[in-house]
Amino acid sequence: MEFPEEYKYTEEHEWVLVEDQLVTVGITDFAQDALGDVVFVELPEVGTLLEAGKPFGVVESVKAVSDVYAPVSGEVIEVNEELPDAPETINTSPYEDGWMIKIKISDAAELDDLMDADAYQAFIEEEA
Amino acid sequence: MRYIPHTAEDVRQMLETVGVTSVDDLFAEIPSSLRLQRPLALGEPLSESELLSKIRRLAAQNATADTHASFLGGGAYNHFIPAVIDQLISRSEFYTAYTPYQPEISQGTLQAIFEYQTLICQLTGMDAANASMYDGASGCAEAVLMAVRATGRRRILLSSALHPEYLATVRTYCRYLDLELVDVPIDALGGTDGAALLRLLDDRTAALVSGYPNFFGVIEDLSVQAAAVHAVGGRLVTVVQEPIALGLLKSPGELGADIVVGEGQSFGIPLSYGGPYLGFFAARRGDIRSMPGRLVGQTSDREGRRGFVLTLATREQHIRREKATSNICSNQGLCALMATIYLALLGKAGIREVAGQNLAKAEYAKGKIAALPGFSLPLSGATFNEFVVEADEGAAPALERLEKKGILGGIPLQRYFGGMDKRFLVCVTEQNSREEIDALVSALAGGKR
Repeated sequence: MEFPEEYKYTEEHEWVLVEDQLVTVGITDFAQDALGDVVFVELPEVGTLLEAGKPFGVVESVKAVSDVYAPVSGEVIEVNEELPDAPETINTSPYEDGWMIKIKISDAAELDDLMDADAYQAFIEEEA
Repeated sequence: MRYIPHTAEDVRQMLETVGVTSVDDLFAEIPSSLRLQRPLALGEPLSESELLSKIRRLAAQNATADTHASFLGGGAYNHFIPAVIDQLISRSEFYTAYTPYQPEISQGTLQAIFEYQTLICQLTGMDAANASMYDGASGCAEAVLMAVRATGRRRILLSSALHPEYLATVRTYCRYLDLELVDVPIDALGGTDGAALLRLLDDRTAALVSGYPNFFGVIEDLSVQAAAVHAVGGRLVTVVQEPIALGLLKSPGELGADIVVGEGQSFGIPLSYGGPYLGFFAARRGDIRSMPGRLVGQTSDREGRRGFVLTLATREQHIRREKATSNICSNQGLCALMATIYLALLGKAGIREVAGQNLAKAEYAKGKIAALPGFSLPLSGATFNEFVVEADEGAAPALERLEKKGILGGIPLQRYFGGMDKRFLVCVTEQNSREEIDALVSALAGGKR
């Protein structure tokens, strides 16, 4: 299972890639593996204002329907339009083609609350 | 000795916790006119045979479709029920009112529900139907909630030509949900007023809800309504309280409806004083994840054999808790089975024939009544098996005269609508013989001119 070093992680198993004021969000390899085959994804509309820790979308697998939570507050400026028609991308490429939304971050300090790859790995080992 | 588990102190604490001062406050929703204001007075004990004969005497005082010539409709319809339905639903394999908790072990039950869903899709012209709801009224309320989920909007337009009791149910469901419910008035045809509709529709509107046929029996122009509501990005919710009509009419799906709900009692389920009935619920593929209730799907097992499963159960309450799509986690299993057997027995041609008989008999009655001095048909829209009659003498006196002759002539509309004291709703089905209809007409004619 992979956890890229350049990403940051949440306790709800989202990953975050920070590029200036823009953060890309998806769910981790661990999350997609636990969910099993993803069959449906529900994403917010561009322009939606998100609050850190609140759900912004839904991932449905053959086992469960789970909320996906905003890692940081800000405005949705892009969503992965391909995802609703190819939800299995989340299983095959969780960190690249399976990205979900891009957020224009409103408070960069919130990034300090996220885990790095080592801390996240320790976190899921503790969970398991 | 009576055992009462709660001490006065227990009761006081419970009342305080829920925030009321007396046990009576818990029943405040029930109108006081319906509440017994004195202790229940039961007579002396009776033997079994005495009790039976007493109950039979009481039951014989009821006016029913068996004791009277009935022209009552308004959401409950007197249709012929083939005896084979009772015989088949009494088989022990089917004898459960619910979808099973370990559903996949009951393949027969799931297959029956799957067939039911398929039949409802064919009748309504929709892509997917659920395993059923309580009745037409609760189905209508759930359709409103679904339109809100599917669109993310909070404004609902309700046609005033919907069944008043369905409207009351919608208002009850929505009372604390912070939705904007807007009434659309009725036009001279007896349908939803098209000009008012265009005025009230906007880009905050989640749905228009209208009847097909509506409460007055009028067949509304769904395609015009669908175009108008789709233009603002809303859903058209079609409510069918008499689905036998779908044997003749174009399906709501063909005309552009997005959610179709209705009352399935007409399909082989007895009148039985108002229930248990059957709510049917169908929608388009794109909205399937916003649909309430249970859904049975067809699949194949590891050996490639056909099998049935509960589909989208991941969105149900026992898994998704407070985030579930709806809090409906069962269905009207036995009533849905009755409808399935009825529809399968009659087939496409049979439903069409029953519908044709209803229309022909209702048209015959309409013509005869319209020709009577002192009576008229105030609404000009086309109807199926129900229509509104206006009596110069007033609806109540006319219906009273009929009742004395053993005829239940219709539903007085004053019960639901202020200022309609001269109007009543007449329903004619295949159960009404020509002699009965002629007797109705001559009994009406026997009144004051």
